[in-house]
Amino acid sequence: MVEVVEKATAASADPRQALPDASGHFGRFGGRFVSETLMAALEELEQAWLKYRDDVEFQAELDSDLAHFVGRPSPLYLAERLTAHAGGARIVFKREDLNHTGAHKINNTVGQALLARAMGKQRVIAETGAGQHGVASATVAARLGMKCVVYMGADDIKRQAINVFRMKLLGAEVVSVDSGSRTLKDALNEAMRYWVTNVDDTFYILGTVAGPHPYPALVRDFNAVVGREARRQCMDEYGKLPDALVACVGGGSNAMGLFYPFIDDREVEMYGVEAAGRGLSGLEHAASLCAGRVGVLHGSRTYLLDDDAGQIRHTHSVSAGLDYPGVGPEHAWLKDSHRAQYVGVTDDEALEAFHLCTRKEGIMPALESAHAVAWAIKQAAGMDRDQVVLVNMSGRGDKDIHTVADLEGISI
Amino acid sequence: MTRFSNRIDRRFAELAERGRTGLIPYVTAGHPKPELTVDIMHALVAGGADLLELGIPFSDVMADGPVIQHACEAALKQGMTLDKVFAQVAEFRRRDADTPVILMGYMNPVERRGLETFAEQAAEAGVDGLLIVDCPADEAADTTRVFDEHELHQIFLVAPTTTESRIERMAPLAGGFIYYVSLKGVTGSAALNADELAPAVDSIRARSDLPVAVGFGISTPEQARAVGAVADAVVIGSALVRKLDGAESREVAGDIVADYIGSIRAALDGLDESAPVEARA
Repeated sequence: MVEVVEKATAASADPRQALPDASGHFGRFGGRFVSETLMAALEELEQAWLKYRDDVEFQAELDSDLAHFVGRPSPLYLAERLTAHAGGARIVFKREDLNHTGAHKINNTVGQALLARAMGKQRVIAETGAGQHGVASATVAARLGMKCVVYMGADDIKRQAINVFRMKLLGAEVVSVDSGSRTLKDALNEAMRYWVTNVDDTFYILGTVAGPHPYPALVRDFNAVVGREARRQCMDEYGKLPDALVACVGGGSNAMGLFYPFIDDREVEMYGVEAAGRGLSGLEHAASLCAGRVGVLHGSRTYLLDDDAGQIRHTHSVSAGLDYPGVGPEHAWLKDSHRAQYVGVTDDEALEAFHLCTRKEGIMPALESAHAVAWAIKQAAGMDRDQVVLVNMSGRGDKDIHTVADLEGISI
Repeated sequence: MTRFSNRIDRRFAELAERGRTGLIPYVTAGHPKPELTVDIMHALVAGGADLLELGIPFSDVMADGPVIQHACEAALKQGMTLDKVFAQVAEFRRRDADTPVILMGYMNPVERRGLETFAEQAAEAGVDGLLIVDCPADEAADTTRVFDEHELHQIFLVAPTTTESRIERMAPLAGGFIYYVSLKGVTGSAALNADELAPAVDSIRARSDLPVAVGFGISTPEQARAVGAVADAVVIGSALVRKLDGAESREVAGDIVADYIGSIRAALDGLDESAPVEARA
């Protein structure tokens, strides 16, 4: 027992320190595929990240904010009735849904906003799909007294009116993006454009582990608190590491945050759950790791969904937060190195898991997280009763009740 | 550090000899209509362009402003593809064997075609240079190697924020010319500050023997003249694309090009007092 704990501590301190390499690559993935106009800004950000990552005072302030503003540590919860339903391994939730603003997104925005302040930037910008990252960015900007501009696809603005209003209440300006598919990828393009033009006073809070180096590593590091806590909690509660981790993957930040501290624990299986939408055999999904190929999007080489001409495809998922044609490059690396497995869950399966989890546990998962729950039930069913499947309950489902009602033809 | 010489090098050598400031217009292939692109290219040359930059339409033009973004979307909607871009260049080449053509685009369509195949087809069509916006020198080891084999220059951007050490690292990979973007922003944003230009261009020249072209934010003849006073060539992009937007026929597009590019050419030539008369004709 003591041996296990010591090994765990050493391994979790700084797993695979070598990646990304100095130029921001995870094997052949990642990198910095951006216009020269952005290079200086990314280098400045990288320098700041390297400095404050190891800065005791900065980390202390971050820890304090995570404790008192976000509400960390989030609990580890045994989903007993869901476990009984699956009839196999114990299903436990890492309750990121209990964080302030209702999802894991705040871990990253608190960290990046502190970094922005340390770098002397007066304004933060962010891209958002479902609005969760936008709300989390507007929240920290309000707290630190910074101006916040959120870029959001015109179609998403229509779909997520409540989150748009929340951002406005928090004092953020929401800019409607009318280009391309009018969703997350276009909002990201537009935020990048604004950043290029206003790089002197503006900090770009990217919301996921995608984008050019150092974002994939930076966002991972700020979210890795999820995995570190889960690791410790699981040891305390069950006297062992979990047997499998399950997390949904859009851009991949909640999954990366959970997986990262476990990467060197080879006995822990990792499952990233992508949005299979209306099925992986067609085009209406957002599963870049399961059904995509390697290309370059949003500043990094990674798996993505494009057509034969290399044009980025429109994607589909019932969950706006997973509806993205790319994925963080470290996930691409974990896939190719077979350290993690990536699987798909359809809209229908996710909706079924949404209801099941709500009824059986009294926990309404975000539709994103419902994808992870759906897979965890399948996974647990084939495992022994003394095993543990740890699911990242990355967000709560309050934001999705209109979507669910619409899909089921209910007007509220 | 030029490893071979192609139309771009020959054209800049001629320009230097004649004391003429180069004019490099940019248009998006397939905008405003795919069937007008080749005519527009010829009209640009007739109007005084020395090199042509042709944009490969892409769905996610992260470094471009709203004008070029719109042009790309319009071109894609009308069925533009990479094969059609190559076909347009090949067709242009049938009547113009000398004017260098540079394709400007993004990495993903290049990779999807396959780097080798892309380079082979580009060279075959008569392309001379590639400007891959999201492939900075840091990521260009493979592309420059393959493009070299096909005698295609990879052109790199230098921004106001680019450090001297970055220019030094970029110089050995760069071919054709260095493209200095006079603004921090995306294509087509705001106006440039010509006063800040001279030291920046000097800094590049101290680190590379290649000619320096300046673009981003140049729209009026006056701006072109001011930039032309310090740069070897001037790039006109978004302003031209904006003017061409909505042009329905060859005649209308031709008139727009003749008027606008003609006015820029005249402004640049007004500068070249020492140039022989025939060069300004």
